[in-house]
Amino acid sequence: MENARRTQAVLTARRAGLVGCTGCGKVHAAGDTVCRRCGASLQSRDAKSLQRVWAWLAAGMVAYIPANIYPMLLTTNFGKTQENTIVGGAIELFLHGSWGVALIVFAASVLIPIGKFIAIGYLALSARSKVVIRGHGRQHLYEVVEFIGRWSMIDVFVVAILSALVRFDFAATVNPGIAAVSFALSVAFTMISAQNFDPRTLWDAYEEDDT
Amino acid sequence: MTATTPESQLDALIACPTCDALHHVTVVIPGARARCHRCGTTLMAPRTGAMTRIVMLAATAAILMVAAVFFPFLELQAGGLSRQSSVLGAVLAFSEGWMMPLAVAVGAMIVALPFARLLAITYALAPMALGWRPAAQAERVFRWAEAMRPWAMAEIFILGVAVAMVKVAGLAKVTPGPAFWAFAALVLVTVLKDNFMCRLTIWKTLEERRRS
Repeated sequence: MENARRTQAVLTARRAGLVGCTGCGKVHAAGDTVCRRCGASLQSRDAKSLQRVWAWLAAGMVAYIPANIYPMLLTTNFGKTQENTIVGGAIELFLHGSWGVALIVFAASVLIPIGKFIAIGYLALSARSKVVIRGHGRQHLYEVVEFIGRWSMIDVFVVAILSALVRFDFAATVNPGIAAVSFALSVAFTMISAQNFDPRTLWDAYEEDDT
Repeated sequence: MTATTPESQLDALIACPTCDALHHVTVVIPGARARCHRCGTTLMAPRTGAMTRIVMLAATAAILMVAAVFFPFLELQAGGLSRQSSVLGAVLAFSEGWMMPLAVAVGAMIVALPFARLLAITYALAPMALGWRPAAQAERVFRWAEAMRPWAMAEIFILGVAVAMVKVAGLAKVTPGPAFWAFAALVLVTVLKDNFMCRLTIWKTLEERRRS
């Protein structure tokens, strides 16, 4: 963290009595509410941003529960219907020997969502504390959460393609289960939660520390 | 500095969108990359001819999207039976009963939003690539394109197709159709285009061209 030493010399827009646009970087006088360049709404620090982060995160976690309890995929073979949950599907792939794909499915639908809940919760908690925590570490964590979150949607697409393709009437049919809906909702809610997080708050602790 | 700072003075500054650190705007030569000195976020990374390339790649991807939607996507053969599906077929997989909203969402994420984003980028940047003044409402349209970015999931869909192909590989023979290759090419072109796009540079150029 060699950069951490230099942060004390940093002048931020807020400290200078100005407002920076998060969309395009343009700097405005403190009273302005709409960016003159890109038209985005301006806010030095959004006081309610953390509330929205928690609310969407909670919604995402709630939706993740039925996503794991109920079946994601209904496979019918000669009249026999087999129900597969998210984890069940990954285990089945693993037993069939497709370890690589099993790993992708398991990572996208279990590891990433749960890791995201923990990461967003940690970032939201740490943004409140005035203690200086490694800014770069949290910054990287935030970037990873923003980047990787949407990839969880892959499981919903797999279900969509399988149900569209495997339709051999009596012999074999695949139908989507209710869990697909709640899983898609869970991914969307946590994406909104992460988007509402203001990464500038991660750096504010430095300023309050050296004033 | 107070609230009465003249605009010209403010225009010489740029605030990092990620950490709020103030920087003086300097000329960044094409190919170079200006990073925030506190958090390391890329502020500006102009490339020579970026506008032209972005517009051309976006238009290419939009045409490929049309092909990807209408041509057969995948064919499945098992025991003398065969079944074809287009991309729309995958969207309509959820169209039965109360899962309808998910069908709408999937359609938006893999077709409508990526396509709308490509059109929006072409609309906002094409006049500038030609050296003209920006089109009417170009700022608003480009802001929409940026807002759509996380929700346009074409590249995730194509990986989902790969996973699905492995899943059924043991039971049936899967043959990719022309739409599959169009979609794969579309994803590559989109990724290439996003590499050329530098948000802050585009906003700066939009503003300068609007004034001139």
